[in-house]
Amino acid sequence: MTLKIIASQCTSCSACEPECPNVAISEKNGTFVIDPKKCTECIGHFDEPQCAAVCPVDNTCVIDNSFPRYQPPA
Amino acid sequence: MDASVQHEQATIPNGDKLSSVMQTIAEHKGCGTSGGSGKASCGSGAGENDLPPEIWEKVKNHPCYSEEAHHHYARMHVAVAPACNIQCNYCNRKYDCANESRPGVVSEKLSPEQAAKKVLAVASTIPQMTVLGIAGPGDPLANPEKTFKTFELIARTAPDIKLCLSTNGLALPDHVDTIAGFNVDHVTITINMVDPEIGAKIYPWVFWKHKRYTGVEAAKLLTDRQLQGLEMLTERGILCKVNSVMIPGVNDKHLVEVNKAVKSRGAFLHNIMPLISSPEHGTVFGLTGQRGPTAQELKALQDECEGEMNMMRHCRQCRADAVGLLGEDRSAEFTTDKIMAMEVNYDIDSRKAYQEAVESERVAKVVARQEELASLAGQSSDIKLLVAVATKGSGLINEHFGHAKEFQVYELSTAGAKFVGHRRVDLYCQGGYGDEDSLETVIRAINDCHAVFVAKIGGCPKSDLQAAGIEPVDQFAHEFIEKSAIAWFKSYLDKVNSGEIQHVVRGDAEIRQGALTSAA
Repeated sequence: MTLKIIASQCTSCSACEPECPNVAISEKNGTFVIDPKKCTECIGHFDEPQCAAVCPVDNTCVIDNSFPRYQPPA
Repeated sequence: MDASVQHEQATIPNGDKLSSVMQTIAEHKGCGTSGGSGKASCGSGAGENDLPPEIWEKVKNHPCYSEEAHHHYARMHVAVAPACNIQCNYCNRKYDCANESRPGVVSEKLSPEQAAKKVLAVASTIPQMTVLGIAGPGDPLANPEKTFKTFELIARTAPDIKLCLSTNGLALPDHVDTIAGFNVDHVTITINMVDPEIGAKIYPWVFWKHKRYTGVEAAKLLTDRQLQGLEMLTERGILCKVNSVMIPGVNDKHLVEVNKAVKSRGAFLHNIMPLISSPEHGTVFGLTGQRGPTAQELKALQDECEGEMNMMRHCRQCRADAVGLLGEDRSAEFTTDKIMAMEVNYDIDSRKAYQEAVESERVAKVVARQEELASLAGQSSDIKLLVAVATKGSGLINEHFGHAKEFQVYELSTAGAKFVGHRRVDLYCQGGYGDEDSLETVIRAINDCHAVFVAKIGGCPKSDLQAAGIEPVDQFAHEFIEKSAIAWFKSYLDKVNSGEIQHVVRGDAEIRQGALTSAA
């Protein structure tokens, strides 16, 4: 799984972008998006996903169940 | 009085250590205690008399640090800092932030390059624009690259413009040296509490060092960092203003403690602002029905803290992209599209010439007030009352009653005229909000005043005001505010003494909700 940003709730405040340890977040069409190929849910970096921790709107950076769970490299 | 003479009176011995200068500032209690005692108001022209010259030099044309300057000089904010690192219950990032800024409402985010262009465009159009602030819409220090890049560009292209920023303080200790490096000599910290138990009711969380903290732990972290940052600024001789949001039942009584805590750490000015809270803002406080203070409650708290240090009462709680004099917003004239199409001719000499003309106007204003004040000498009366003034700036009664978006409020006594606040009414001429009668709105906003001074007023509102017990005064049109108010007060006292009228105490007034937006 990875995280995704609910576009309709994103305020485009950009707080998440510099916090992402994987540089997976970028601005597209006025809101921010997470590249699922790069997101690791911050596993191996921090205790909690940084985008969700810094996001000012609750339930906006959420787990995207349409992707398989991230597997840290052995 | 000759301004240069005043200057010489207020000298600091050479070789004094910076700390003692800051102590002098901290102990300075001048603001608002003007008048007979000879103690001057930091807001009034006599502030020059009361402050060390180097401090006066820093604040004299900063509208947010000097009440007196705000009649003459303009500021602008550039919205280059959208990210924030804390959450406040009076702020809703999704729609707007009612007190410090309005993120959902700032017309557009700017890149540092766009911001620098905008500053030049505004400075060329508005020669009295002397201050560039970064106040969000998030926290400038949660966006350090964008904030400091903007400062760097402006310092290079418009070196006469003062730089300042407004922060929640969480990241402040990490950036104080950079701030000092850019010669930023004014920093505002929003400090709503020094007790984490109270802080937990205001801040749901803070984000620090890759972790979200909540509750008392979050508030403890925040207050520690804020006070540490304040001390670090003071040590470096950077003037610091503290903003506090007054939240009745949460931190209203506690703000007296906050006042003491920040004063002892060298804060220059304390700005206690009313909570702006309304369900449509979508803030936690708006939704829980937390009310803001009334005009009397706010003034009582400001008066209580005033004995301790300078109080700011002219804050308009403006947007993070505001442009113009406080109380006006010309941001719509300077959208990115318009700026990019503008031919900018930044002429530092013509700006200087304009500002020199403003200075002579200020001196004339001070002289006029001093002369009028002298005529009050010998009068003694316990009467203290408030009057409202319609003004477009320059310290003159120069606005039509029906065009006033706000009224400035002065407290009159035998000690003189003291600025104590302002009341927003928006445009009465263009109708109020919804069905409510707009004149009613004005009367509610200035209901605690005995008179309203205007450049002009129509017959209809005139009789309605009189019926409400507020005297409309138009015989001082286009004259200096303080001089006129003192002259009116003198004749009011004469009438009371002769028994022609009876002095009655007025009721409370309402503080208009909603952040200041540009005129419709």
